[in-house]
Order: sequence, then structure tokens, then C-alpha cells
Amino acid sequence: MDQLTPVLQGFAVVLEPQNLLYCLVGVVVGMLIGVLPGLGPAATIAVLLPLTIGLEPVTSVIMLAGIFYGAQYGGTITSVLLRLPGEASSVVTVFDGYAMACQGRAGKALGIAAIGSFVGGTVSIVALSFVAPVVASFALDFGPPEYTALALLGILLVATVSGGGRVKALAAACVGLLLATVGRDGFTGAQRFTFGDLNLADGIDFVPIAMGLFGLGEILHALEERHRRVQAPPTLTRVWPDRADMRQASGAIGRGSVIGFVLGILPGGGAVLSSLAAYALEKRRSKTPERFGKGAIEGVAAPETANNAAATSSFIPLLTLGIPANATMAVIFGALLVQGVTPGPRLVDEDPELFWGVINSMYVGNILLLIMSIPMVGIFVRVLQVRGAILAPITVMVTLVGVYTVRSSVFDIGLVVAFGVLGYLMKKAGFDPGPLVLAFVLGSLLESNLRRSLLLFDGDPTGFLTRPISGVLFAAFAVVVLLPLTTRLLRGRRGGPRDDDRSGGRPDTKELV
Amino acid sequence: MTVLVGYLPTARGEAAFAAALEEARRRGEDLVVLNTPRSGASVSTDAVGDEAVSGLRSRAAEAGIPLHVRRQAHEGDAADELLRVADEVDASVVVIALRRRSSVGKLLMGSTAQRVLLAATRPVLAVRAPAAH
Repeated sequence: MDQLTPVLQGFAVVLEPQNLLYCLVGVVVGMLIGVLPGLGPAATIAVLLPLTIGLEPVTSVIMLAGIFYGAQYGGTITSVLLRLPGEASSVVTVFDGYAMACQGRAGKALGIAAIGSFVGGTVSIVALSFVAPVVASFALDFGPPEYTALALLGILLVATVSGGGRVKALAAACVGLLLATVGRDGFTGAQRFTFGDLNLADGIDFVPIAMGLFGLGEILHALEERHRRVQAPPTLTRVWPDRADMRQASGAIGRGSVIGFVLGILPGGGAVLSSLAAYALEKRRSKTPERFGKGAIEGVAAPETANNAAATSSFIPLLTLGIPANATMAVIFGALLVQGVTPGPRLVDEDPELFWGVINSMYVGNILLLIMSIPMVGIFVRVLQVRGAILAPITVMVTLVGVYTVRSSVFDIGLVVAFGVLGYLMKKAGFDPGPLVLAFVLGSLLESNLRRSLLLFDGDPTGFLTRPISGVLFAAFAVVVLLPLTTRLLRGRRGGPRDDDRSGGRPDTKELV
Repeated sequence: MTVLVGYLPTARGEAAFAAALEEARRRGEDLVVLNTPRSGASVSTDAVGDEAVSGLRSRAAEAGIPLHVRRQAHEGDAADELLRVADEVDASVVVIALRRRSSVGKLLMGSTAQRVLLAATRPVLAVRAPAAH
């Protein structure tokens, strides 16, 4: 019973009226921005970071988590009704979801997506509740060399699976690592890359980078897409999934939960990859794969279940190891740092209220999501009638005012603008800003742990390979680096088809609309 | 030469379409339906859905009139877009719908119908929807 006490206390934290309210706010905001194409969860969380400063740490993370998993469901609505994926993780839902809507089965598609999201999310939370403390206690044995290896592996994996090509992602990650070195050296106190500027003496703050790259950059990029087809408001047929639909989709929901949970934990996996993987698996397993793309209910259930499960399970590496698994988690990591909480293996013992409060809030959030999803579809679709020319300036203003409130620094406003321009140019040139932000967050972790371990080893780098855990992690690192190279070499020798489709990675939402 | 009608999915738009159909039959010309919502948002109540378009098509087919439907979003002013298309399809007459607007509303929002009437270099047929109640 002793282990259960902190879990139950976590529920007590969640049920405080203030936390319930912010959970609701987070889920609603998440669904809204999930509906809006062009503004992803990472961008929204970045823009809303300053709002959380006045709140308790647990309350603010409950809200930000709600935004993340709420957005996974919001993207479904527009995918199904308008063939317009609001989120990258809902791109595959378009194929069967829109086909179902054309057949007058939009209500069934949305219903099964809501049920799948709920089941996937809940399965993932239950697994999270059991896995997270185990991982955390295991991670207590981690020393600086292990953290060095983990951070390196995390950056590499994110760069490998992110959209827009591997080389570009690696380049972005390197820029992020470089930016992390700006400021005072933690060991010698020397000034690095500050150009004698006092504003840079403490390094670049995470908040302006996230707000600039994700917030401002995405808004600028979204403004550019003007000649998009304007559609009539969709009519929702009130036909809900019946028993036969549930039976047909139950297998897909079960498998989607597992895929989502597993891929969510892996660095770089997250919601986008897991929805793609779950869809591909269902199509391969199906006895009638030709139905996919023509309104197969499994084609909606599987990716929608998987993306919610992944959104939940990606909290595991953040809360137990202190390593964000994807860009959105990197922003939440930043939010925790702003609050003065350092996520890591000691979090579950030192701050059980925050740890269990956040995890248990997801049960509540998933129930809220299930209740609100269907009745409020009409309201969410109305949001799409707001023109970008009205929405964008408001968001920019909120961003700039917000960043000023964090440190009352005009220099930070300049930084947001500079990183906004950088983010816009990156998106135009096909670079994903995700690896940059992630590498920036992991950069300081990587550097301090690398130097600490080199001090431990008296400057002998072979020490990394002789310790069991860090040795295994570095072996994994080598496999991730070498595997694509060798497969390409082998294929090149056989003269087979080139592996071009993988470099495409995540299909861009723009291509589909 | 064609008959051009500015169409919206409302009672007024219906009245304009009915009048334009009649006019096209009288003149023995093709009918061009222009539905132009303002661009910038993904969804607009001014846009016509696919089902509504097939409804228009079947009505035109019944009347034996060749129908061309143009659905394109416009930047800036709807009146300019209508007149631009009128030049493009060489319309012999432009059919538009009128509605009553309060003077304050007209002051704030302007009137697309008024701009079309004043700026058009071709005949304009203005139709009012039958009173709803």
C-alpha cells in the first residue's frame, strides 16, 4: 500500500478546483489549436509559456499537458470533416476519415476517434503509472557518463526521424548545440560567444528561442500560405459508431495503444511517427487492405489511438530521466525549468505531488476530452472561419508581450524576433526547427555531463565504453549512425531502388490540402 | 456572351440564381455562376458546398441552359472580383442580389452591391429576395 499512497495523493492534487480548471483550459485550448492548421502544440505551449509563470508548477504542467493531448484530438476534427489536417499527427487520418465523411459517416469517424483517443490515452497512463517509477529508480544509478550517452542518443534519434531530411535535421541540431554554448562556461567561468554583451553573459534563455522558432516562425510561415481553397462549413451527420463498428475497430484500438505507448517513449518518436506506424500496421494486417483509403474505420481508429497514447507516454523520459523525447516535450521541459523544477529521476521522490499530479491529471483530461469532443465539433469548426489576417497579429502580440513579462527584458523581444525570422527561413528551406530546440535544451545537459565524466575519467574517453550502461547506449548510438549507411551501401551494390521515401519522413500538412 | 451571376448560399443568392436562369433562357446564352468567398480562412459561410453545386447544375440542366460554376476565393473586394470575371467571360449582363442594410451597417461595411452598380460598365440586373415572413 505504501507505493499507492503518493498515487492517491496525486489524485487529491488533481481534484483541487484550480487544477481541474486549468486542466479544462488546457484541453480546450489544445483542441482549438489542434483545429487550426499552422499552429501546432509546440508553438502554442511556447506562446503560452509566460502565462504559466504565475501558477504553481504542477498547475502549469497540467495545463500544458492538456494542450498537448487535446491537440491530438483537435486535429482529427478537421482531418475528417474538411480533409485539412490541423496537426501533423492527424495527417494519416485524412485518408479514411475524409472518405468516411464523404459517405455520410463523419459522425462515426469522429466518434471512433474520440473513443480510440480515450482508450489509447488511458491505457498509456495506466502503463505510465507503473513504468515511470521503475524507470526513475533505475535511472538513479545513472552518472554523468550515462547522461552524456542518453543526451547524445536523444539528439541523434530526433534528428534521424524528424521531417525534412536527415542532414538538414542534423545541421539544425548542431546549430542548437552551438547556441547552448553561448554564455558563461559552467566550469571555468569564462565568457563564450557573448561579444562582451551583458545580455548574453548568462546564455540565451530557452523561452525566447522556443517562442521565436515555434511561435513567431510558424505564424509567419502560415501567413504565407494564402491561396488555399475556401470550403463551405461541413454538415455533421449525427450517426454514431454502433456495436458492429466497435467490434471492427477494437483490434485497431488495442494495437494502436501499444504502438503509441512504445513509440512515444522513444526519443523523436512521438505522436506523428506513431500514427503513421499504427496506420501502416493496420493496413498490412488487414485481410482487405484495399478498403483502406476508402473509409475503413480501422484507418481512423488506429492512428488516432496511437497519437494520444504516444502523447501521454512521451512524458516518461521527461519526468523520469529529465530528457525530452520530442520538440513539444522540450518546451514543457523549458516550462519546468522556468518554474525552478528540474525534471529527473529524483522528481518522483522529491516532488511526488508534481509527478503524480501531472500523471493523474491525464485521466481527468481524457475524460474531459471524451465528453467535449463530439458536442463541440460545430464550435471548433467555426474557429476556422477566422481569417489568418486577424488571427496572426493577435498571436504575435500575445507572443511579444508574453516574452517581455518573463524577464522584463527588451533584449528578449529582439531575440524572439530574430529567432522568429530564423524559424520562418528554416521552414521555407525545409529545415525542421524541432531538432534545434531539442539540441539546445539537451546541449547544456550534454556539455556539463560530458565534462564532468571526463573529469571523473581523468580525461580518458574510453571510460564511456567500459561502464555497462553508457557502453550499451553508445553501442546503440553507433547502430543508429551506421545502420542507414550500411543499408544504403548494400542497396547501392545490388542496384535496387533508392531509399528515397524514408528521407521524406513526415508528410507535410501543406502537401495534402 | 454569357450571363454572370454572383451567388451566395442564402435566400438572396437563390433569388439571384433564379432570375439569372430566367435571363439566360431569354437571351439564349450560357450561365456563369461565380461563388467567391474571401480568402484567408479555411472555412467560410459564403462558400458553396459540393451538394449545393450539384443542385444548381440539375436546375440548369432542367432548364436546358449550359452552366459554368466558378468557385474561387478572392483577395480584397468581392465587387472587383465579380467585375473582373465579368470582363473575363464577356458577360452581357451581371446579376446580383440586394439586401436591406441599416445605414450604420452600410457606413461600416460598405455595400458590395452598390460598388458593383457604380463601377460596372455592363448592364446589371439587381434582384431582391422575396420577403421571408
